[in-house]
Amino acid sequence: MKKFIGFVKKEFNHIFRDFQTMLILFGIPVAQLLIFGYVVTNELKDIKIAILDQSKDDVTLEISNKIIASGYFIPDQNLRSIEDVDKIFREGNVRLVVIFEPGFAKKLEREHTAKVQLIADASDANTANLIVNYTSGIIYNYINSINGTNEMPLKIIPEVRMVYNEEMKGVYMFVPGTMAMILMLISALMTSVSIVREKEMGTMEVLLVSPLKPGQIILGKVIPYVALAFIDAVVIIALGYWVFGMPVRGSLMLLIAESFLYISMALSLGLFISTVTNNQLAAMFISFFALMLPTLLLSGFIFPIENMPLILQWLSALIPPRWFIVIIKNIMLKGVGFEYVWKETLIIALTMIGFIALSIKKFKIRLE
Amino acid sequence: MRTILYIIQKEFIQIFRNKMMLPFIFVYPLVQLIILVNAATLEMKEIDMVVVDMDFSSLSRELTGKFKGSPFFVIESHTTSIKEAEAKLKSGEADIILHIPQNFEKDLFSTGKAEIQLLADAINATAAGITNAYCSYIIADFNKSVISENRNILPLSLPKSVDIEYSYWYNSELNYKIFMLPGILVILVSIIGMFLSSVNIVREKEMGTIEQINVTPIKKYQFIIGKMVPFWLIAMFELGFGLIIGWILYRVPVEGSLITLFSFTAVYLLALMGLGLFVSTISHRQQQVMFINFFFMLTFILMSGIFTPVESMPDWAVKVNVINPFAYFMRVIRMVMLKGSGFQEIAYEFYAMCIYAVVTLSLSVWKYRKTT
Repeated sequence: MKKFIGFVKKEFNHIFRDFQTMLILFGIPVAQLLIFGYVVTNELKDIKIAILDQSKDDVTLEISNKIIASGYFIPDQNLRSIEDVDKIFREGNVRLVVIFEPGFAKKLEREHTAKVQLIADASDANTANLIVNYTSGIIYNYINSINGTNEMPLKIIPEVRMVYNEEMKGVYMFVPGTMAMILMLISALMTSVSIVREKEMGTMEVLLVSPLKPGQIILGKVIPYVALAFIDAVVIIALGYWVFGMPVRGSLMLLIAESFLYISMALSLGLFISTVTNNQLAAMFISFFALMLPTLLLSGFIFPIENMPLILQWLSALIPPRWFIVIIKNIMLKGVGFEYVWKETLIIALTMIGFIALSIKKFKIRLE
Repeated sequence: MRTILYIIQKEFIQIFRNKMMLPFIFVYPLVQLIILVNAATLEMKEIDMVVVDMDFSSLSRELTGKFKGSPFFVIESHTTSIKEAEAKLKSGEADIILHIPQNFEKDLFSTGKAEIQLLADAINATAAGITNAYCSYIIADFNKSVISENRNILPLSLPKSVDIEYSYWYNSELNYKIFMLPGILVILVSIIGMFLSSVNIVREKEMGTIEQINVTPIKKYQFIIGKMVPFWLIAMFELGFGLIIGWILYRVPVEGSLITLFSFTAVYLLALMGLGLFVSTISHRQQQVMFINFFFMLTFILMSGIFTPVESMPDWAVKVNVINPFAYFMRVIRMVMLKGSGFQEIAYEFYAMCIYAVVTLSLSVWKYRKTT
């Protein structure tokens, strides 16, 4: 036992003496949360637009002012003719051109209808869609306000309630997502790289001939990362709670237990990766590119799973972070108990057992 | 010159001796482009809806029918208990509840107004926002058709309306794939340029083989050029390979000139490799260099505008992006590929990258020591 504790201490020393490792352990979670919290948001701001006003009357000026005053847009330049649209889009700054037809106010007065054309640079389809929606919202609002009492007869008023997230905060999505990603990353990447490093440097031989049993070696390698990953989980939840106002509506104990399970699953995956690779670069590649990008994109973290083609939906079912995200969201936001997340928990537990079994089968205590 | 060629030859042999390399160069991009480009879409479909119809009128059935007929919604179930519907929302079986209260039809025709409720699971705020937009569109459309069907019993006064015409240039179908493909290409090219090249040097350090090179008459610059050229070539090749795959799989064309795109990439890669070299001069172990690279790549790629527009980011992030090489490449590759921007339009980015390359390369050559 004493030998074992000594071994665990050695592992901790390896981790703490390294600035780069600490950067990954604690820099990434914090940076990720801040980036997703403040930088990668779907809210529009300071989008540059150009206006081609062929009418230049009170109404068009008023509408232009409303659009600019909304805070989403800033005017870049006024166009003279429709031929310039292509040119300014190619320059790459302006994302929307608003065109008012000639005689706009007059037509609105006489024929009760007038035309606005919105041309969006849709090379970024998602943003273009948002921009057009925002702009048309502003224009419709303005028209409703000048219509005043003369409103629609027979009006169906939809009253919308955003359940679990009244203020539509993006944080409710990215805290679970970041947690799933970071825990996976740290546990799988760090363990696999640290074990493979011993192999690559030849120090694994030294460990194998030591009186420690292979099981103890592996356990000793894994324990520090369990501890550190767990600290990360706490840091992420705390940051989410105090900085971004993400509530914990369900049981904290359950959340912690589920995080432990997930961390163990990720560690067993890391173990498995380390048994099938023999150089650090390979271990890193598998952990980084085979785990990281799919976790980012296929787990439903950024893009909803239901929108994906069917094959990718199946593929995403194979990705444990997907289930972990569901668990965290359910516990933290819906405040439900274990009876609502047992299926997901079972999936993660089975995955873990699978990876451990595979690693035991593949682990060689002798050198070739 | 001959020395450099020999080093390059040696590097190529070493790179391709690693069994991981060939799959990495050919299979990995293919997988990324197939999976990630398809995954990254915000077009909603199959939104599961529970209908709580308490009115049982022809109008309420007609409204439900509108949702059923839209390509975005799937009616998961009908119920008359709002409790039951809420339980479905909680368990995740439903994404949204449409609640039509009693007397919906009667209220509409007697008072001219009627309310309905929509309860959306808004944990994913973006998705909920889009769902909401679809719903209001369908309801407004339904409202219009109800009015025109009942024109005879209504007072004749048309409100003013503005007819908004949309056009989406460069991507009229709002195909998100077209936007994601260049973004994924940036990641692929950058991984080779920065990640592989810097790990390669540190590997020599860690294995001790760098000392063998240090005792040879090879000069500093020759060594660095010899180390860089192979990865530079592989990364350029990777861009071409990715473009061909993009064309075959998604028919994403390069609207602008290939020469512009490749010359920008050439300079970009130099800047990035300078950065990678610099990281490798200050690290001693592969693990360190991988972790530093990993940290910066993850942070800077997310900030580069791969998913969301750069100008909507907070001011400090916009400033950070001035020194973020990925942000320049992300912008230029999309401009050239999707909009056909020419050299004039990307001149600023091009010169910025030239300066970047000069600075990072001279920094790392200065930092690199043949002696330890």
